[in-house]
Amino acid sequence: MSIKVRFLFLILLLTGSEAFGQIDSTLFRRTARDTSKVYLNMDAVYNRPFLAVGKLPVSIGGYVEANWQHLGTDGITEGHQFQMRRLTLFVASTIYRRIKFLSEIEFEDGTKEINIEFASVDIEFHPLFNLRGGIVMNPIGAFNQNHDGPKWEFIDRPVSATQMLPATWSNVGFGVFGKLYRNNWVYAYEAYLTNGFDDKIILNSENKTFLPASKENPERFEESFNGVPLITAKTALRNKTIGELGLSYMGGVYNKFQEDGLVFDKKRGVHVFAVDINTTLPLISTWVNAEIAWVNVDVPDTYSQQYGSKQVGGFVDIVQPIFKGSIFGFERSVVNIAFRAEYVDWNKGTFNETGTKIHEEFVSIIPALSWRPTRQTVIRLNYRYKWQTDLFGNPASRTAGFQMGFSSYF
Amino acid sequence: MNRKTIFVGLILLAACEEFQPKAPQEYELLDGPVSGLTETENLQFLKGDVAFNDEVFIPATGLGPLFVANSCGSCHPGDGKGHPFTTLTRFGQTDETGNQYLNAGGPQLQHRAIPGYKAEQIPVSTTYSSFTPPAVTGLGFLDAVSDEDILAWADPDDDNGDGISGVPNWIEAKDYVTLRPNSITQNGKYIGRFGKKGAVYDLLQQTATAYNEDIGITSTYEAIDTYLGVEYDPEVSNQTIQDVVFYLKTLKAPVPRKENAEILFGKEIFSTIGCATCHRPEMKTGASPIAALSNKTFYPYTDLLLHDMGPSLDDGYTEGSAKTYEWRTPPLWGLGLSKNSQGGQYFLMHDGRARSIEQAIQMHSGEGMQSGESFESLTGEDKRKLIKFLESL
Repeated sequence: MSIKVRFLFLILLLTGSEAFGQIDSTLFRRTARDTSKVYLNMDAVYNRPFLAVGKLPVSIGGYVEANWQHLGTDGITEGHQFQMRRLTLFVASTIYRRIKFLSEIEFEDGTKEINIEFASVDIEFHPLFNLRGGIVMNPIGAFNQNHDGPKWEFIDRPVSATQMLPATWSNVGFGVFGKLYRNNWVYAYEAYLTNGFDDKIILNSENKTFLPASKENPERFEESFNGVPLITAKTALRNKTIGELGLSYMGGVYNKFQEDGLVFDKKRGVHVFAVDINTTLPLISTWVNAEIAWVNVDVPDTYSQQYGSKQVGGFVDIVQPIFKGSIFGFERSVVNIAFRAEYVDWNKGTFNETGTKIHEEFVSIIPALSWRPTRQTVIRLNYRYKWQTDLFGNPASRTAGFQMGFSSYF
Repeated sequence: MNRKTIFVGLILLAACEEFQPKAPQEYELLDGPVSGLTETENLQFLKGDVAFNDEVFIPATGLGPLFVANSCGSCHPGDGKGHPFTTLTRFGQTDETGNQYLNAGGPQLQHRAIPGYKAEQIPVSTTYSSFTPPAVTGLGFLDAVSDEDILAWADPDDDNGDGISGVPNWIEAKDYVTLRPNSITQNGKYIGRFGKKGAVYDLLQQTATAYNEDIGITSTYEAIDTYLGVEYDPEVSNQTIQDVVFYLKTLKAPVPRKENAEILFGKEIFSTIGCATCHRPEMKTGASPIAALSNKTFYPYTDLLLHDMGPSLDDGYTEGSAKTYEWRTPPLWGLGLSKNSQGGQYFLMHDGRARSIEQAIQMHSGEGMQSGESFESLTGEDKRKLIKFLESL
């Protein structure tokens, strides 16, 4: 926690002069987005509506998400809930012409969690070869890097991305990235060595293999749990008219197999593969975005099968604009209808005792309606229905209800 | 986005509970408290519910290092019968002289271990028995039955000549249990009424032992660590254990499905062929400190006594004064909901070997032989009605 607080203090110091300049918010100008470029999911951290003051080489931004929800599980409801899910601040700075710094700090659920999600320096040598170091977002799947609330028509983040995969998942490390442009095509890659997971992924009170449990380790930004780097690599291909395909891998060792030269266990691996695609269908402008991932964890044979060695899950979003025009004076309003389907098999395998399938599956559907009065702001109404079965496949618990809220860059 | 749309939206939001999953019917669920608890009792029930169903132990909170399951709820999903995944194995005792393997990991096998530890193995050539976790509902009613009633149902010498004897399991009471008022004792031993062999005196013993032997959690009640074999600092508070005991005491009795002509006919057959002699339909509680349990009539379908079930169900393992072939009559209430906690299948009898109610009846031998044979002589239609009745419980 202390490193986060110190970092936050530093950011406040850096931006302090701008804060005093906020007597008149018109001093800020929105940085122009280069519409000639083809953007990929990996560009999401820089592809944001930053605000700059005059000719200062620092730009700032952020987004906020808040919502109301009324959900019920099998006839029991917690009633009306008002939630401040996130307040995120980003600061970008051009240190030199080809040396940039960007940071993202997130306050989740009020101040329950304060996370540095990104804080890295990029040094550009060549479009195909650049260095990045600091706290980086491991490029596994697409959602982890492209997670800003205002970009999505859904209030809840995808379960497969945030609970099976650990989005937002950031670690300290270094790596390289680059892009190659050919006509309408862009090829991109990223590869990083970072600190990684710890044994909480199977020693947690979630009662399942749970990669996000490693995020609870407050030491992970200053110390690797076992000294073995986590490798994350992604390659993506995008065609300006067809869409984007991303393939990613993240793997390493999660257990503390030795300490002080004493060996406790063999090295136990965690391996994650992900595929992500997105495209906009011609003529009707339907946006389709999907991600699927597979998790493999080497769980000790004598530990409980409650903690699975294989997981698979994903989601697909379909967003259809149905109206573009003026609403309540917002001239460039867009109204969308949208639909998300999600699935996670938390424990893929069979029981040693019976040879029958281990269940523990999650399914969710979310029909949604959203209104975007501007590009930066979305107001959304979701109806969510989800089913969760236990290990044995007993009748699923069912949760459903309405959610309404907004998310906006500022 | 006209006014009508906004109005419809507001109506939908106001009626949001209409769009949420409805609660299952009372008879579809085992979970829930007995009616008539006070507000303070409701609060303790809730605390016990959280500790029983939501608290998952991990090494940092005391799990293991050797264990069978990491939470109460994983053995009793939805408070119902367990799945073979969490079947217990107990070993080391063949007669009333006691368990000879207490210094070798007995009486219970912990076949799982946290990383870095080796799971336990059953010592070579030791007999053992596997126990499927039972449903935990209605236990407070069984706990509040008087010893006098239980003894009255016993017929050790089969004086009435019906082929059914029935004896209590006389056990040594743990020093931490509070003896029931008017407890009956025989040679310093007391009547056990919980567990497959009826070797557990009350729900405090059951709970403290389960924390210890199933999860590897020590308490002031059961302070010996199952791995180290020595006393260990308590890993669960007395308060939590008492909350869980209260929760188990006040879980409602299973609510039978609606009776119809077929079910009533099946019920009649149940009595006619002698099942009801051991699986006693009706019991009464005595006085209980929990008013909601005092002097109530309830329908568990057990007599809480041990019966000779014949050689096919003799695993060569026992507890207390029970013989290896003797088993406590399991309550049949909630039987129809077993599939809902066993993954849509039946795993019946003490170790889950019966995969249907019919198979379970056919496995009755010893004192149950006569009823088993009577069942076999029924017409297919009558068998179906009997099973329908059992599924309605």
